[in-house]
Amino acid sequence: MNHASIAVLAAFGLLASLPAVAADADLKALREEIAQMKKSYEQRIDALEKRLVDTEKQAIAVRSTAETAASQAQAAQATSMASRQPAAANAFNPEISVILSGMYNNTSQDPRHDPTGVAGRERRIQGLLPSGGEFNPEARAWNLGESELSISANIDPHFRGTFTAAISPANEIGVEEAYIQTLGLDNGIGIKAGRFFSGIGYVNEQHAHTWDFSDASLPYQAFFGPQLGYDGVQLKWVAPTELFLELGAEFGRALSFPANDGERNKNGLLSGSVFAHVGGDIGVANSWRAGASYFATKPHHRTYDDVDGSNTLVTNSFSGKSNTTVLDFVWKWAPEGNATERNFKFQSEWFRRHESGDLTYDVDGVGAPGGPLTDGFRSTQTGFYAQGVWQFMPAWRLGYRYDQLASADASVGLIDRGTLAAADLPILRDYTPKRSTAMVDWSPSEFSRIRLQYARDQTRPGVTDDQVWVHYIMSLGAHGAHKF
Amino acid sequence: MKRLLLVLFALAAMPAAAALKVFATVPEWGALAREIGGDQVQVFTATTALQDAHHVDARPSLIARARSADLLIATGAELEIGWLPVVQRESGNPRIQSGQPGYFAAAAAVRLLDVPARLDRADGDVHAAGNPHIQTDPRNFLAVGEGLAARMAQLDPANAAAYRSGHAAFAERWRSQIKRWEAQAAPLKGVAVVSQHKAWPYLYDWLGMREVAALEPKPGVEPSLAHLALVRDQAVTSRPRMVIRAAYNSARPAEWFAKEAKVPAVVLPFTVGAPEAADLTALFETTVQRLLEGL
Repeated sequence: MNHASIAVLAAFGLLASLPAVAADADLKALREEIAQMKKSYEQRIDALEKRLVDTEKQAIAVRSTAETAASQAQAAQATSMASRQPAAANAFNPEISVILSGMYNNTSQDPRHDPTGVAGRERRIQGLLPSGGEFNPEARAWNLGESELSISANIDPHFRGTFTAAISPANEIGVEEAYIQTLGLDNGIGIKAGRFFSGIGYVNEQHAHTWDFSDASLPYQAFFGPQLGYDGVQLKWVAPTELFLELGAEFGRALSFPANDGERNKNGLLSGSVFAHVGGDIGVANSWRAGASYFATKPHHRTYDDVDGSNTLVTNSFSGKSNTTVLDFVWKWAPEGNATERNFKFQSEWFRRHESGDLTYDVDGVGAPGGPLTDGFRSTQTGFYAQGVWQFMPAWRLGYRYDQLASADASVGLIDRGTLAAADLPILRDYTPKRSTAMVDWSPSEFSRIRLQYARDQTRPGVTDDQVWVHYIMSLGAHGAHKF
Repeated sequence: MKRLLLVLFALAAMPAAAALKVFATVPEWGALAREIGGDQVQVFTATTALQDAHHVDARPSLIARARSADLLIATGAELEIGWLPVVQRESGNPRIQSGQPGYFAAAAAVRLLDVPARLDRADGDVHAAGNPHIQTDPRNFLAVGEGLAARMAQLDPANAAAYRSGHAAFAERWRSQIKRWEAQAAPLKGVAVVSQHKAWPYLYDWLGMREVAALEPKPGVEPSLAHLALVRDQAVTSRPRMVIRAAYNSARPAEWFAKEAKVPAVVLPFTVGAPEAADLTALFETTVQRLLEGL
């Protein structure tokens, strides 16, 4: 190490020590100040500790008084609200409920296959383009129904969220509903967004477990296969009148027949519906609601499977406009409006669908006449159901439902112009599907129901299917509030 | 169509009428609101005394009324859980949502009895917060009335003085009536009774009566023959003096038990609007009278 570096180091050392020497007096003052602060804080902490101990003593005293009081109250066979649940983070847990359902089915015909068609062709209603929806019963003998998990809560003062997942017996999980809705908008306005059941008709918005029969009515199966849902937005407005008047509009990706928005790749509103509901009371014993709804969509290459004249399985498709009108009415009666003992409910809905566009036969080109062949298609289809449910004593109800679809008023260009024979599009052959259903159910509490149902099903030509259900539907978890 | 829309929007934009619009879920709170508010309030009551407020439909008429309400008075404690949440959500009225000043839960103002030690639906229709039938003890109307008057004054500050004086007048009259009823009901102290539904803990607490059994095996579960027979057999030792049911309850179980155990069946009004209970005063006059007749 050379001298220069030693000198530099010494210089640095001197420099470094210089301010320390200069600030020595300041430091002493600072130390004294800190010591004083420490002392004063220690005093304060002591005071606080003492107060804490005092408070704890008081709390213990209060608690013991409360405990004495509580035990006294218990002695008097009364419990007070003193023991409120602690407000832990899990106090914000949402309302969770699970629907369990299962059934035993006995059917005189194979429910999966169509006895009137080719082996392998699925069972469907004759006389109209198939909706492709699920039909109960899915299979004979023992079946698990859909298990439903529902979670909902207020998100904040402005929004509420609801999530409902359905787990099918085939172990598939589907999002049945997942929507947010507004709580804070004024003037009767409410907005829903996400995946939700459409507000059209009366039953459409109801979950399957609240239905009065174990399966959807024929028009719902045929027109919406069997329930119309949206991925979209719904706007509703309640009028400020004593008579209930509600107007609504929805837009979005319609999730079921007659739409096929799921496969569409375009911007815009896709499908839409509008509806109006009116309702009120007549005296204390009667209440009613009536509605009119309209649904419009433009299906594009909506396919369905059928067989042609030589019994070859082919895939056909429809593109065009599809408009559905629904009129609904429900009336409830209970003596003095007290439904616990006896009550009666009547409901009926009427459907009309008009479709116009092009029908393409055999899109894959595998059929005997050799497809694909396209020509114009127009069809007007109507259907209705009416049902009554009578609770004749507490827990016991009897119900009867009649449903029917009219034979479609259709003009099929491919057949009318002689391109194809009627036998090449057999599902469109005229037919009037109808069904009668009777049920009796027992609900020992609000949360459980066991139902026996019998249906005489004539939805396929020349076949009468006698169907018997034994069905349980139970819910556990949060106490749900049901719509009218 | 355009004209219709204009009319509808004009209706929507109309300033709220002078009166405070009250939506009461059950008749007793409607009656209390009238006592406090007088002409300042316009009261709609969703249910009658002959209905079970636990089993009501979210009727369209209720949604229409809730749409324009300024104040929703509910009992709370899960009494209206099966229908009120739907009415609130469907009304499109932010003022009456739970947590807002326009939502008043009467049960929050009083000490609840029968708070279950465990929550299990196997125990029937139990309410986590406690028994919601608080209106059978007149003393509860003082606590609820105080909170309600303050809430009405908060929502309608222009008439705050009227609500305060309305409540003061009611409370004074009510206190003297309670004293009178308590004096009349002195013979009921310690009397053993059987209830059809566990709807009366507050009444028994007030008058010092003892419930020795209920005809419903579990709250909200219809009485079965087996259970009725059990209660009858127990009555030999517990010696109830009467069996009590509400006007809206089915008559059969209480009448069967009355015949079997040879005790009178007493029908109490339960709430305002039942026979001989036109208002709050008549409700307790009749209640005390019927109980005394049952001795």
